[in-house]
Amino acid sequence: MFEILEKERIGPGVNRAVISAPAVARAHKPGQFIILRCHQDGERIPLTVADKDVDKGTITLVWQEVGVTTYYMGTMCPGDSLIDVVGPLGTPTHIENFGTVVCVGGGIGVAPLYPITKGMYEAGNHVISILGARTEGLLIMTEDLKKVSTEQLIATDDGSFGIHGFVTQVLQGLIDKGTKIDLVVAIGPVPMMKAVVNVTRPAALPTVVSLNPIMVDGTGMCGACRVEVNGETKFGCVDGPEFDGFAVDFDLLTKRLAMYKGPELVALNKFRETPRGCECTFPEGM
Amino acid sequence: MSEQEEKKAVKPKKPKIPRQKMPEQDPIERAHNFYEVALGYDNDLALLEASRCLKCKKPYCISGCPVEVDIPDFLEMVKAGDLIGAAWKVKEKNSLPRIAGRVCPQESQCEAKCVLNKKGKGEPCAIGRLERYVTDWAAVHGEGKMPQLPKPTGLKVGVVGSGPAGLTLAGALIKKGVAVTVFEALHELGGVLVYGIPEFRLPKAIVRAEVDELRQLGVEFKTNWVVGRTQTVDELLEKEKYDGVFIGTGAGAPLFLKIPGENLNGVYSANEFLTRANLMKAYLFPQADTPIAKGRRVVVFGGGNVAMDSARTALRLGAEEVTIVYRRTMDELPARAEEVHHAVEEGIRFELLAAPLEIIGNEAGWAVGVHCQKMQLGEPDASGRRRPVPIPGETFNIECDTAIVSIGNAANPLVPSTTIGLETNKWGNIVADPESGKTSKDRVWAGGDIVTGAATVILAMGAGRKSALAMMDTFGIG
Ligand SMILES: Cc1cc2nc3c(=O)[nH]c(=O)nc-3n(C[C@H](O)[C@H](O)[C@H](O)COP(=O)(O)OP(=O)(O)OC[C@H]3O[C@@H](n4cnc5c(N)ncnc54)[C@H](O)[C@@H]3O)c2cc1C
Ligand SMILES: Cc1cc2nc3c(=O)[nH]c(=O)nc-3n(C[C@H](O)[C@H](O)[C@H](O)COP(=O)(O)OP(=O)(O)OC[C@H]3O[C@@H](n4cnc5c(N)ncnc54)[C@H](O)[C@@H]3O)c2cc1C
Ligand code: FES
Repeated sequence: MFEILEKERIGPGVNRAVISAPAVARAHKPGQFIILRCHQDGERIPLTVADKDVDKGTITLVWQEVGVTTYYMGTMCPGDSLIDVVGPLGTPTHIENFGTVVCVGGGIGVAPLYPITKGMYEAGNHVISILGARTEGLLIMTEDLKKVSTEQLIATDDGSFGIHGFVTQVLQGLIDKGTKIDLVVAIGPVPMMKAVVNVTRPAALPTVVSLNPIMVDGTGMCGACRVEVNGETKFGCVDGPEFDGFAVDFDLLTKRLAMYKGPELVALNKFRETPRGCECTFPEGM
Repeated sequence: MSEQEEKKAVKPKKPKIPRQKMPEQDPIERAHNFYEVALGYDNDLALLEASRCLKCKKPYCISGCPVEVDIPDFLEMVKAGDLIGAAWKVKEKNSLPRIAGRVCPQESQCEAKCVLNKKGKGEPCAIGRLERYVTDWAAVHGEGKMPQLPKPTGLKVGVVGSGPAGLTLAGALIKKGVAVTVFEALHELGGVLVYGIPEFRLPKAIVRAEVDELRQLGVEFKTNWVVGRTQTVDELLEKEKYDGVFIGTGAGAPLFLKIPGENLNGVYSANEFLTRANLMKAYLFPQADTPIAKGRRVVVFGGGNVAMDSARTALRLGAEEVTIVYRRTMDELPARAEEVHHAVEEGIRFELLAAPLEIIGNEAGWAVGVHCQKMQLGEPDASGRRRPVPIPGETFNIECDTAIVSIGNAANPLVPSTTIGLETNKWGNIVADPESGKTSKDRVWAGGDIVTGAATVILAMGAGRKSALAMMDTFGIG
């Protein structure tokens, strides 16, 4: 059992929890994720290890409530336990001193971006982080990222905080100014990553993206996580989750992510009728 | 005596008893539930069947069994009504007999060698059904006391993977006073027995009971532990000070056809389809959270046990039509004969001498059909089976909304690629001595599908047993 030691809400529908998982904390490297189950009938879902404390034997998860499992987790409290946490999974980020690395994060993607940014910063890179969200209230972890960035730029779609516009516009601005950029790392919703690649491709800036295909085992056993890179089929859970942004078929990923739209809604509605978890935390209006 | 006189002397013959059928759920009913298809013998049927054994002086059946169960002896005990004794007799050689009795391809092993079969009558003694009967009976009626464990030797062994190879090795070593820890990547124990083979063929309660027995004997199990990620084999040996490590990680990497349309929605590997249905209980959705595409028209590519299981699972999930597309004929299907028979009874369609060329998709990215090539049998290939060759220009389409690729599994590279000095062959299988399971790496043994490529439960068990003996030998216990 993997006990939840701390939990807080850090934004609308976004939670952060510290979980006891010593073996995962010990082995984890930036870019890796875990797969968890909340209860006996639960689904296995992947979440990135957003942070860890090897001495305390803990990992930090940050998640957005989008469906039955992430909502259920939202109702769990310190003292509750996840029945399964397995990891760390996936190929770690390739970290070295590249020179200048731009880390672009959109929405919940900022959480998985954090350990990579930290790794790049600690490796001696000049790190420029560009964070974006629809509106100020949805920005997460900006302070955490600030500590591991040489420069930080923030954009909101509605202009409620920082630069008015998209992260891609900020990135384009850097390129236009002639900023020397050696690597771009982009994590966020699929349309955002696709847009980033559309900006970096003409400038020929190497771009790494982190993909979030649907997974089951996370060890290369099932192939649920198939993505196409350079026209070749790859397994997101073992060959990734990070891939060369120029080579990824984003449209296929988008379609595959929609595979269970119908059943997902059924499951969520059922959950809404019979909320489970810790009573003190039933989200408003559930 | 002359030959003629001898023949006379044997007479008068006993009335010939036919091979006893095992009661089964009705095909129409069972096609809609996940309960076990075969119901097992009752005592009368078991006695009748056991009495068919000729007690041959030279029991060929034993040589047909990969773990050499003393078949005539246990059948004799059945006849004498000593079912507990019979169960123990089986268990001397076969540590997971309730499982083997259900999933072994007996028709190509012990029963193939049975003299009743050899006489060309094709009616071998139903050894598998009897193995199942006596060990099920013993499990329900108590098998007597737990074996007395010897004093701990102070040795400890790490086992990677909880499939039949790993479980068999764990059982053999714990009984010799060796501490055993089993590391399993998934959240449940049993390997393919829990995530692959469906409930209607092998109830999960049976696998759980076997695991519980090992736990009671003192085997430690660590689920959610991916060796190569959570800890490497080298760390187990150097940091955790395991005296030996056995790798039994199976053949868990699904092969795809590499044809256009394979990544469309609705296209699954058999591993994914079966894992969702079995391990994740998707058939209970939305009671259980994991969804699965409940296809109306399902196509399965392949002809092995895995293909039969996928097809029959799809049927039970509510498909109206399930078609198996196989490139050879009914005679070459590699699946267990009984599974093919059951699939036919349940109404699974077989599109034989056909191979998929492309999976056709719609705008939204969903599979809507398969474009197939007609085949014919040509010259025999290396395996001795006649090679299927395309008939030029003859293609056809099958409409479908779900397609399941069941053409085999390759070795998962996770452990080999993270272990220093572990030799693999060109297919990625770990190289190990067939008799001892010894690998190229000091203190590391391996067995089961990761060494042989996808094979059978009984061969994996045999490999686990051989490695256990080899380890004891190395440790100087035994
Ligand atoms: C490597 C990786 C790292 C991730 N890291 C994070 C993270 O740090 N924080 C975070 O909030 N989210 C992360 N995700 C996404 C997260 O896994 C999904 O939001 C979650 O699975 C949704 O499950 P659900 O039951 O709540 O929703 P559902 O209703 O089941 O699904 C909602 C949507 O999530 C996606 N999804 C569903 N099931 C899965 C699955 N088993 N695996 C992946 N995606 C799925 C689908 O696109 C679906 O439409 C990550 C995904 C991957 C692959
Ligand atoms: C659907 C299906 C039906 C079958 N039907 C039959 C049948 O009727 N009769 C028959 O005889 N055979 C059948 N087989 C074949 C048989 O199941 C296998 O040959 C047998 O299970 C192999 O045993 P194993 O111990 O080598 O590996 P497996 O049973 O594959 O177990 C390996 C275990 O290791 C775990 N693992 C893998 N990598 C790691 C890692 N890095 N760290 C920790 N754990 C890891 C896996 O999760 C798995 O639990 C079938 C196979 C399938 C898939
Ligand atoms: S999640 Fe199963 S292979 Fe990647």
